[in-house]
Amino acid sequence: MNEQTAYIKHQSPSGEPIIRVENLSYAYPVEDENQEPKQALSDINLTVNPGEFVGIIGHNGSGKSTLSKILNGIIVPDSGDAWIEGMNTKDAEKIWDIRKTAGMVFQNPDNQLVSSVVETDVAFGMENLGVPSDKIKEKVTEVLDMVGMSDYRKARPHQLSGGQKQRIAIAGILAMKPDCIIFDEPTAMLDPNGRGEVMKTILDLNRNHGMTVLHITHYMSELVNADRIVVMDNGKIVAVGTPREIFSKVAMLKKIGLDVPQMTELAYLLRQDGYDLPQDILTIREMVEALCH
Amino acid sequence: MFKDITLGQYYPTGSVIHRLDPRTKINFTFAYIILLFVVNNPVGYLIAIGILALVIALSKIPFVYVARGLKPLIFIVVLTFVLNMFMTPGQVLWQWKFLHISRQGLKLSIFMSLRLVLLVTGTSIMTLATSPMDLTDGMEADMSVIPGIKRFAHDLAMMMSIALRFIPTLMEETDKIIKAQKARGADFETGNLIERAKALIPILVPLFVSAFRRADELATAMEARCYRGGAGRTRMYVLSYQKADTIAYVVLAATAAAMILSRFISYPWPFPFN
Repeated sequence: MNEQTAYIKHQSPSGEPIIRVENLSYAYPVEDENQEPKQALSDINLTVNPGEFVGIIGHNGSGKSTLSKILNGIIVPDSGDAWIEGMNTKDAEKIWDIRKTAGMVFQNPDNQLVSSVVETDVAFGMENLGVPSDKIKEKVTEVLDMVGMSDYRKARPHQLSGGQKQRIAIAGILAMKPDCIIFDEPTAMLDPNGRGEVMKTILDLNRNHGMTVLHITHYMSELVNADRIVVMDNGKIVAVGTPREIFSKVAMLKKIGLDVPQMTELAYLLRQDGYDLPQDILTIREMVEALCH
Repeated sequence: MFKDITLGQYYPTGSVIHRLDPRTKINFTFAYIILLFVVNNPVGYLIAIGILALVIALSKIPFVYVARGLKPLIFIVVLTFVLNMFMTPGQVLWQWKFLHISRQGLKLSIFMSLRLVLLVTGTSIMTLATSPMDLTDGMEADMSVIPGIKRFAHDLAMMMSIALRFIPTLMEETDKIIKAQKARGADFETGNLIERAKALIPILVPLFVSAFRRADELATAMEARCYRGGAGRTRMYVLSYQKADTIAYVVLAATAAAMILSRFISYPWPFPFN
């Protein structure tokens, strides 16, 4: 199926990428003056074009979450710039436009739902933006349908599963009509079922609704369908490429403490034992093909 | 076990009372409380009981359920009754050694305990028939017309609705922490009061730490969704008065007039309630 759905690449009218990051550096302030501040990000360059699905992967402390916070204007970089559709995240006047353009979904599903009822939670962002009542109602129906949660319109968040809560959070962001959604480890606290649900929703948004996605995770397998993967380690970008290019560098990934998809790892181990297998096997199907033909 | 708890025990039946505008219900309840302190005669109390009975009947909430809310109050009501009855000086009706019941005491004790019961029943019917969300919306709308607290109205309502949102979450978390501490050998059931209070520390500390972390993350998430206070904010559901609300206000005005007027009528019957 992946082969058939060609990636739809749209160009924004101005030709401006949705996210552009140049020479970005950031160190968290330290309380003790004698202590050396830890460089969370050093000299990051990154561009995300409209319609792309870009994955950022890295171990804990690799700087991937810091990057997402800079993109949303939550923290200001020490040096370098980040632009969202040409708006600099340092520009305090543009901060609400930036947050509206690049919506953000966070890790903990509980700590981002504001209201005791699903529909009013989805409406929260629109209420903040001053959207009129009847428009809000229309949009709530639309976005709940997009994430497949229409039946839960009147439900209470604590009655939902983690995956469902996360889909509601996504709906709440979608309702603000962003051009891009930044997912900051949205699956880290979910069980495998919930993870599957959320990944399906994210992929659907990217493929069928043309949503630009920046997906930050430490699960390699979630990025099999990405257009590009950015590997981060110690605040630096260590590799950029298509999933196939990245996953074939099994030794490098293992060195920085990342897991590769099961089948890629199996192929890697078999190859080390002298079997003649291609380097870029990602799925069980491909493995079967390679072994049986 | 904590999952089903709802603050103010909302009891949805979809009745006409439930469908009233929350502002109407809050205003009605508020006026009712004040009126209870205005009346001083049996006719006034009969009106107060009558209107409350009417509201309960219309709300379709079982009377037993409403009455259950009075349970924790029984002790206070009885105490009020007894103290007022024996402690009020006046025309003595009955005496045994140092105990005496005066005419005024009897009247006061009946009125006082009745007032308490009506007060609690009246407010609990409001919370039973209004969802917590509606209640905060109504309070915000009500507060934003009062000068002085006007500018805090949105913030207060937002705090309240977030608190409501997180009650089940924190309940669940408390449950988890208790289990985790029990698994580590914590003992919450034995010992005297001080020992038991001390045993709560390993529950409260992690709970508070987590609550602060949640608050921090929630604030970030709210700002990421462009929250910047009440200014320029719209609502998905705008409160609007319906026909039923007009009727409710007319009923309220009539009740208020009747209860106030009942003070000025001289009653023909002598004992003991005039």
